[in-house]
Amino acid sequence: MLRILAIVAILMAFSPSLTSQADKNGLKKAKEQTHQGHDHSGHNHGHDHSGHNHDHSGHNHDDHKGHDHGHKHDDHAGHNHGAHNGDHGHGDHGHHPHYHVTDYNKDCGVAVKIDNPEPSYDPTATAIHHISDANVWTIMDMVRVPLPAIIYNKDRGMEFFSTGKFQAGHHDNGHYGYKDYVLFEGNIHRITCPAFDAKDKYEVQGFDKEEMVSAAGKNYEKKFAIINNKAYNIEQKTIWDGGMLGGTPSSFIDLSPTKNVVSMGLVSLILFLLFRKAVKKYQGAPNAPSGVQSFLEPMFQFIRDDVAVPFLGDKHEKFLPLLMTIFFFILGLNLWGQVPFLGNVNVTGSLTVTAVMAIVVFILTNINGNGDYWKHILWPPDTPWFVKIILIPVELLGMFIKPLTLMLRLAGNISAGHIAILSFVGLIFIFGKAGTNMAGSLTGTALAIPLTMFMMAIELIVAFVQAFVFTILTASYLGAATEEHHHDDHH
Amino acid sequence: MTGTLAALGAGLAVIGAGIGLGQIGGKAVEAIARQPEASGDIRGAMILMAAFMEGAALIAILLAFFIK
Repeated sequence: MLRILAIVAILMAFSPSLTSQADKNGLKKAKEQTHQGHDHSGHNHGHDHSGHNHDHSGHNHDDHKGHDHGHKHDDHAGHNHGAHNGDHGHGDHGHHPHYHVTDYNKDCGVAVKIDNPEPSYDPTATAIHHISDANVWTIMDMVRVPLPAIIYNKDRGMEFFSTGKFQAGHHDNGHYGYKDYVLFEGNIHRITCPAFDAKDKYEVQGFDKEEMVSAAGKNYEKKFAIINNKAYNIEQKTIWDGGMLGGTPSSFIDLSPTKNVVSMGLVSLILFLLFRKAVKKYQGAPNAPSGVQSFLEPMFQFIRDDVAVPFLGDKHEKFLPLLMTIFFFILGLNLWGQVPFLGNVNVTGSLTVTAVMAIVVFILTNINGNGDYWKHILWPPDTPWFVKIILIPVELLGMFIKPLTLMLRLAGNISAGHIAILSFVGLIFIFGKAGTNMAGSLTGTALAIPLTMFMMAIELIVAFVQAFVFTILTASYLGAATEEHHHDDHH
Repeated sequence: MTGTLAALGAGLAVIGAGIGLGQIGGKAVEAIARQPEASGDIRGAMILMAAFMEGAALIAILLAFFIK
């Protein structure tokens, strides 16, 4: 079992986030101006702004002078960060300058204008940002665990560094750039301007992005990093989706162990330790189940007796390790994503992860398929020729639709749960006008706490049900592929 | 306005899913009431059918998200 688990984990490690970035692009509708607040020296933001060496030369700070920063931050520090997972809609939004590119049609080195807009809150963009994979692990906007970055680009080959170099801040945007890499919304981006002077460390003032329409009439997103009051175009990592979900081949490939990959490793390790503990109990004298054993044994028995045996019959022994691995891996990751304040890890809600699992099931179903299975797909028996014409394409499509639904069902369910919880937390900022209205914030909090708890209770059921459903469907596909048919020639 | 249409599509998919779930749940409870000894099998079949139905609904919702 653990061997298969390890293989699955390794497979996933090599496809860190092929589509998660694309989800973000595909789902996002609202244009969001992003910003950073690194030019507020002397403030205590409550997160990791300390220790920065702020270079103020060349920045326009005149419009900040009149603000009573200290007072406002005392009001909000602790309140905004301690109450919930969200790190958006802070009271200090108004102090973060927004950088806007003056002409979105131009590239590389365009001048920028700075303004201080009213605090605003975009629930859709916030939710999408929080369920996406990232190159840093952010816990409640306070602790940011840097993760290793492994990047391949055509010009310089493999590069290894820590994402700690970006010193990510609010919105998981990096305050600093490393070579031509910057961190934008938690993901590594590369500056594409040839004229850009890539140093080992330079300050990034902020980011901007704009929805554009290409000459061919296709929508795409233009992203900029603002460095030295000039905008430089940035591009995301290569995503091999053929442009379907907004991803394209770009100048670099990101092979980093992201938040999701690290989560999978940790959950695999926890499962390994739990099962080892349980297995040791069986090696001694027979005894009543105790401890972790009494938690794992009923689930193990349930999968064996109610899933494996009814669908696979005599062959259930062969596929039991696979089914157990799938069940406990999904269950573990579902529950891991449920732990509050742990950084909103959404592993089983990532299409990449579920796609790899579905591909494993697809391959195993087809290599284990017997003659009858293939006969039913390629030349359905006992049917007239005109039915065959319809049936064969349908059966062939069904071969691919089965793993596709497997992939979408799990990712959709878990992501939907995360989005629902984030939306309820977002009520605080919607009622509180992005943190500027204290009474509204309190009303929102009073509403959000019971709703979030209710949703999390439902998600706890969903975590088990979806792990079970994925397992039972895998068993039924395998069962259908390996079943011995006994055709009666007389009818 | 395309976003609105997509949202409408997602809503329609959920109506279909709701009808389906109601049918599955209602019939399953009825079956369990008639034959309580078969409740285990019925529950398994119920969850499986609900998963199939929900898969279709989720595909519709995801398409509503992706197709702008």
